[in-house]
Amino acid sequence: MAEDNGEQKRKGLLGKFKDDAEGLKKYVSEKGKEQLEGLKEPEKTQLYRSIFRFKHDETARNRALSVLSNVFFHLHPAKVNRDATKYSYTWGMGGITFYLFIVLTFTGVLLMYYYHPSKVQAFRDILYLENDVPFGKLLRNMHRWAAHLMIIAVWLHMFRVFLTGSYKKPREFNWCVGVLLMVLTMLLSFTGYLLPDDQLGFWAVTVGTNMARATPLLGHEGPFGPQLGMTPYNDVRFALLGGSIVDANALLRAYIWHCIAIPLIASIFMALHFWRVRKDGGISGPAPVMLESEIKDEKGPRPVIMKPSGMQ
Amino acid sequence: MWWDWHQIWEVASAPDNVPIVALLFFIPFYCWLAFREAKKNDELIAKLEADPAAAKTAHRKTQPYEKGWDREVHTWPYLMRVELLAAILVTVLLMVWSLTLNAPLEEPSNPNVTMNPAKAPWYFLGLQEMLVYFDPWIAGVVMPTIIIVGLMAIPYIDENPLGNGYYTYRQRKFSIWTFLLGFIGLWVLMIVIGTFIRGPGWMWFWPTQTWDASRVDFAVNRNLDDVLRIDGAWMAHLMPGSWKPFSGLIARGIFGIFPVTFYFLASGYFMNWLANRTAFSRKIYKRMSLLQTVTMLMLLALMLSLPLKILLRLVFRIHYVWETPWFSV
Repeated sequence: MAEDNGEQKRKGLLGKFKDDAEGLKKYVSEKGKEQLEGLKEPEKTQLYRSIFRFKHDETARNRALSVLSNVFFHLHPAKVNRDATKYSYTWGMGGITFYLFIVLTFTGVLLMYYYHPSKVQAFRDILYLENDVPFGKLLRNMHRWAAHLMIIAVWLHMFRVFLTGSYKKPREFNWCVGVLLMVLTMLLSFTGYLLPDDQLGFWAVTVGTNMARATPLLGHEGPFGPQLGMTPYNDVRFALLGGSIVDANALLRAYIWHCIAIPLIASIFMALHFWRVRKDGGISGPAPVMLESEIKDEKGPRPVIMKPSGMQ
Repeated sequence: MWWDWHQIWEVASAPDNVPIVALLFFIPFYCWLAFREAKKNDELIAKLEADPAAAKTAHRKTQPYEKGWDREVHTWPYLMRVELLAAILVTVLLMVWSLTLNAPLEEPSNPNVTMNPAKAPWYFLGLQEMLVYFDPWIAGVVMPTIIIVGLMAIPYIDENPLGNGYYTYRQRKFSIWTFLLGFIGLWVLMIVIGTFIRGPGWMWFWPTQTWDASRVDFAVNRNLDDVLRIDGAWMAHLMPGSWKPFSGLIARGIFGIFPVTFYFLASGYFMNWLANRTAFSRKIYKRMSLLQTVTMLMLLALMLSLPLKILLRLVFRIHYVWETPWFSV
């Protein structure tokens, strides 16, 4: 021991540090190698497992769980009809519509950072966005073209659903929800049209809202409107515009409808729509064809509207 | 001026009109795709109907299937990779579109300078075009409401259980023709007219005709009662003196009820006849309740009133069929 002590003394403080450093180096390189080795299988890390509960491998169980245990993916069922992934059947328009809604929400929120819904500022904000904001022009272009594309996608989605007869039993109600969503999509686009406050939007909205004057009973130029006391200052058009002309109040109202109210309403209907797709038995087909001889005779017509129970 | 190719280019290349140009390609493409699938299914249906024994064991789909194949596949990865691919393609398309074409921005809004033509956004141009043929309360309020309600009523009217979940033409001829007429014939076509044909003053300009803002249209539109010379002169003889000045008004108001009623009866009868043409459609028709039948005939009559009114207006130059002091049709 004495010899040891002597040796250590001879090494001195510097030597001791050297030894420690040597040991640390060995420790770090060994452990590090081990851990780097471990990174080759990231799905075994605690971090990964805390986020994704299941292994990413090709077992049927984990393929199903990776969909079911993920909040974003669980809109899907674990399994689908093997032919339902074919583009020639689905056209993918419903999914594209939803994706475009997400794109529009994303670009729309970014646009909101640069926009004031006031007569003084609105048009200047667009000029500023187009000329000074980095990628501002791209942002606005993407928002506008995505909106146009979404309308086309919605129409084509409806066209496909009609041609495949997918609105038939048991999906009648979901078709109705879809029709409302289509109307909401067009209203979203229409309310956004006014926001740049340029001649194009102004006159388009003027033409559009002028029709509201002619609403039967509720418009001051509509059938029986004047007889019911409608004037330009209290009819349904006044309610839409917040005034008798397209001006500051109309801009603010369009802005709130466009950015808050309609997206909220549409989101609720979308949740309903997607939920019902699942509850009504998933995507409608491609289903096995049915033959005319297989139509079951119903005992009398099936009433669309039933009598409330208790009524004679 | 005719053969003004620049005019066509100007309209077709306006950035906001690109979606309509795109629709002109999309709709024929998807019609072709749908009818290709429908043809395949219809051939399969014909085959199975001819051979009931085979129908019991057949796979009944045109998609390939062999024994031992799973009827379902995992969403992950088979469906989700398609969705990812679609999302990427749409993003690329959107990026390219946004980099090459700028969203339009006109001058600051100015209530004193009217745009000519002042057009609604393209997806509402069908309604704006309808304003030529109907008063705003019909074109702008009643018709859109009927379109929405009518669309929602489809699943509750259509009593045909066939064609649920696959493309077919054979089994659903009537409903497919109705939808094609409504969607392509009336909605899309009216948008195309509103975009490419209607120029300054909402006048009709044929393709290659220059949009001349100073053009004056001398067309004279008359009401049906003018054409038939209903002026109330005969009725005035029967009226007390103080009523005589209003005899024309009253005569016209009463007269209009007849063509409108006649139209609904005649078109209802015609549709009823059309929906009973084949043994199959008679079978389906029998399944419908009275409420369903009446709703269907009513909606079809309202839908057909648009092309009829277009014909009356553009060919016979008739403005109103029924004119009253409160509303006109």
